[in-house]
Amino acid sequence: MNEPVQCRADETFVLNLGPQHPATHGVLRVKLTMDGEYIVNAEPVLGYIHRMHEKMAEDGTFAQFMPNTARMDYLHALAYNHGYCLAVERAAGIEVPERAEYIRVITVELNRLTSHLLWWAAFLLDLGGFSPLLYAFDDREQILDLLERITGSRLTYCYFRFGGVYNDIDDVFITGTYAVIKRLRSRLPRLYHDLVTHNIILKKRITGIGILSREQARRYGCTGPVARGSGIDYDVRKNEPYSVYSEFDFEVPVYEEGDSMARYMVRMDEIEQSMRIIEQALDKLPDGPVRAKVPKILKPPAGDYWASVETARGDLGHRLVCDGGKNPYKLKLRSPTFSNLSCFGEVAEGMLLADALAFMGSLDLVIPEIDR
Amino acid sequence: MDTSIWRPILYLLGFMAFAGLNAAYLGWCERKGAARIQRRTGPMEVGPQGLWQPLADGLKLMSKQLLIPQGVDGILFRVAPILAMIPALTSMAVIPFAGNVQARAVGLSVLLIFALASVGMMAVLLGGWASGNKYSLISAARAVSQNLAYEIPMLVTVITIVMLTGTMNLEQIAAAQQGGFWNWNIFPVAGHSLAQAIIMPISFVIFFICSVAETNRAPFDMAEAESELIAGHMTEYGSMGFGLFMMGEYLNMVIGACLITILFLGGWDGPLGLSGGIWWFLAKIYLLLFTVIWVRWTYPRTQIYKLLNLSWKILIPFSLVNLVLTAAFIKIF
Amino acid sequence: MSFVEETGNSLLALFPQSTNVDKKSAGEPEAVEKGARRHGIMITDHAERGTAVDVFCAPEQVVAAAKIMDEIGFFLEAVTGVDWIKEDRLEVIYDYNHYGFEPCRVVIRTFISRTEPEIPTISHILPAADWHERETHDFYGIRFAGHPNLVPLLLSEDADFHPLLKDFTP
Repeated sequence: MNEPVQCRADETFVLNLGPQHPATHGVLRVKLTMDGEYIVNAEPVLGYIHRMHEKMAEDGTFAQFMPNTARMDYLHALAYNHGYCLAVERAAGIEVPERAEYIRVITVELNRLTSHLLWWAAFLLDLGGFSPLLYAFDDREQILDLLERITGSRLTYCYFRFGGVYNDIDDVFITGTYAVIKRLRSRLPRLYHDLVTHNIILKKRITGIGILSREQARRYGCTGPVARGSGIDYDVRKNEPYSVYSEFDFEVPVYEEGDSMARYMVRMDEIEQSMRIIEQALDKLPDGPVRAKVPKILKPPAGDYWASVETARGDLGHRLVCDGGKNPYKLKLRSPTFSNLSCFGEVAEGMLLADALAFMGSLDLVIPEIDR
Repeated sequence: MDTSIWRPILYLLGFMAFAGLNAAYLGWCERKGAARIQRRTGPMEVGPQGLWQPLADGLKLMSKQLLIPQGVDGILFRVAPILAMIPALTSMAVIPFAGNVQARAVGLSVLLIFALASVGMMAVLLGGWASGNKYSLISAARAVSQNLAYEIPMLVTVITIVMLTGTMNLEQIAAAQQGGFWNWNIFPVAGHSLAQAIIMPISFVIFFICSVAETNRAPFDMAEAESELIAGHMTEYGSMGFGLFMMGEYLNMVIGACLITILFLGGWDGPLGLSGGIWWFLAKIYLLLFTVIWVRWTYPRTQIYKLLNLSWKILIPFSLVNLVLTAAFIKIF
Repeated sequence: MSFVEETGNSLLALFPQSTNVDKKSAGEPEAVEKGARRHGIMITDHAERGTAVDVFCAPEQVVAAAKIMDEIGFFLEAVTGVDWIKEDRLEVIYDYNHYGFEPCRVVIRTFISRTEPEIPTISHILPAADWHERETHDFYGIRFAGHPNLVPLLLSEDADFHPLLKDFTP
């Protein structure tokens, strides 16, 4: 369907998609130059929810920035917790107890499940399928209840501490997690795959749409499911294992096609892999403390450090520059969706409006993370 | 009595009440149905099981200010919602609900209904055009191309029926199918050849798909694809302008279901030779309407060019082949 | 030879002996310096720093560096600045990474003047840099010479302030 678009300059019109639009899931604005229903040029306009988190980091102590981390990618907040903790722990040389590492992995993966479920729901909503939203929210709700029990919040978690986690997990959480995984496993093949994935309308709608080639993905710095849908076998958890991820047996789903269906399948397979990681972590969960002794005011030695984690959307990097003081001298947040979205303009060129929105949905955008 | 002026007026009043009730309560059914499909309860607060919800919604819509945004074409903008309702209401007049329950027996009622349905699509076009909103404009363009594509297979299929029954009068078409489901056009085993028994179900499927597309229902709701076009031609409408569009949409669904019932499902005829009557007619149209609602809440939306491809590349060839085969069978047997 | 060393050697092309940036004169902050630099390149401990190759080059060399990184299949993670107000200069940092299984993050850093912050763009080599450079321009006021569309990205269109400069007052 992607024939070259031929149009005269005076036959195009500008369509402002957003910042208030049902398909942009937040306040993203895309300035589209359209020729009828074909997109001639697409330019995302960012910054509608920009809050300058990097400046806030410089203004407070290391610990004071912790709650901010959850306000960026609010769908996978624990991964942001984790990324920031890793950066600071690397700078200050803090050792994390093993039990805390396991709890971190369990909660981050649970959070990844909620993120992927929500993406699935929202993606189907973009495509006009309403009912899956409620099914996914049903499952997501169960996980949120579990996380609320130990972290104290449901969305913007501030659960990790330097050198561990805030709270130990209990038996109710453990049995609850096993139960949730069992329930999700039983629902995945029928409710998610039979009803939606194998649906002929959905397949025809997203197969071959929004093809992002391997080379394009690299040049735009795409990571996460977007890169893996383009045949790039890259997952920070495997390529650069942090925490205790190297101890678990899981696979990184990679699809070669590079279309929206490939990205869809990557995320659906990741749900399964995340459940495998959680189960293994719960089985192996060691005893011990959940928090190392860490001074209240951290003063890491001067230097600069990088720490990456894999969020539900890709490679989240923190570049932390310390000058020996009690505040971060500079904290750079490399958010995955920022790079992932930057390819939108090139790929969307010549697409139909509805296809471009299906493509945008498959990128899994979280706008506060892009704008930071 | 038959020639009296009162008969059409009384019937029209009755049908208008029926239409209003349907438009309001189909909305309620849709919400309840969707809720059940999604494991919710739907509206529960207003009245038992939320039964008075449509009244509350209607009151709310009517009491809202009729906003005419700046830069719209004032006349067309006002006319469009009315134009959405009128053809649907008028079509009601010629639909035979039972043997003698019909406001006006028109000889060419099939043709009349299709003519009126085309006028109804003008509402979407005018509403989209007059709104001065680019999303509405895209919606209007989509509606026209979609309507154009789907009226052709629909009409060709109707010609098949007309050839079989030899009349364009809806009442006579239904009357020809009386006496049990084996006489219905969908499986005309009795009186027709076996080959036609294969053709007609295909015609039925084509007609059903077309009527879903014609009434702009999911998965073919291209004109109001809310994740792409906000609400399409209805974006700029508030209060009763929006309300009329919604009512028009539901009424069109009812008309579509009525047509399918009359053309394929034997009209008011009871299955298995049970005595016929208006209750059978209503049962059939509500079964069809439920199917339409069910489909909407199960499937995601398709794409405009796939929709057009479906019509031009599959439905139209199939319906034409059906037409030719039917003609051949009539001539041969 | 490990992948990290190979990468380091590919980057050596940046530093023919004649144009070697003198570490002392460029005034690299002592804090960052822990290992020994061969010309401008330092192999660092990934577990300790999170990066494996640390390159320090002149501002004009970032384009050549980007070309090398592009050729050997790296992708751009981020572009950012650091305001060293005491030394009166800005540091520009390019983070690269690759998709392979051996951790090898490359950081390319350079210093530019704080009063005339200008550096050539690399967005024509790696389009990922387009937005990152615009963002860095927003926050630090660094002009990326040759950038096709250097208008505010995250700040409002008319923003003429640069919030991450240390002397910024709201």
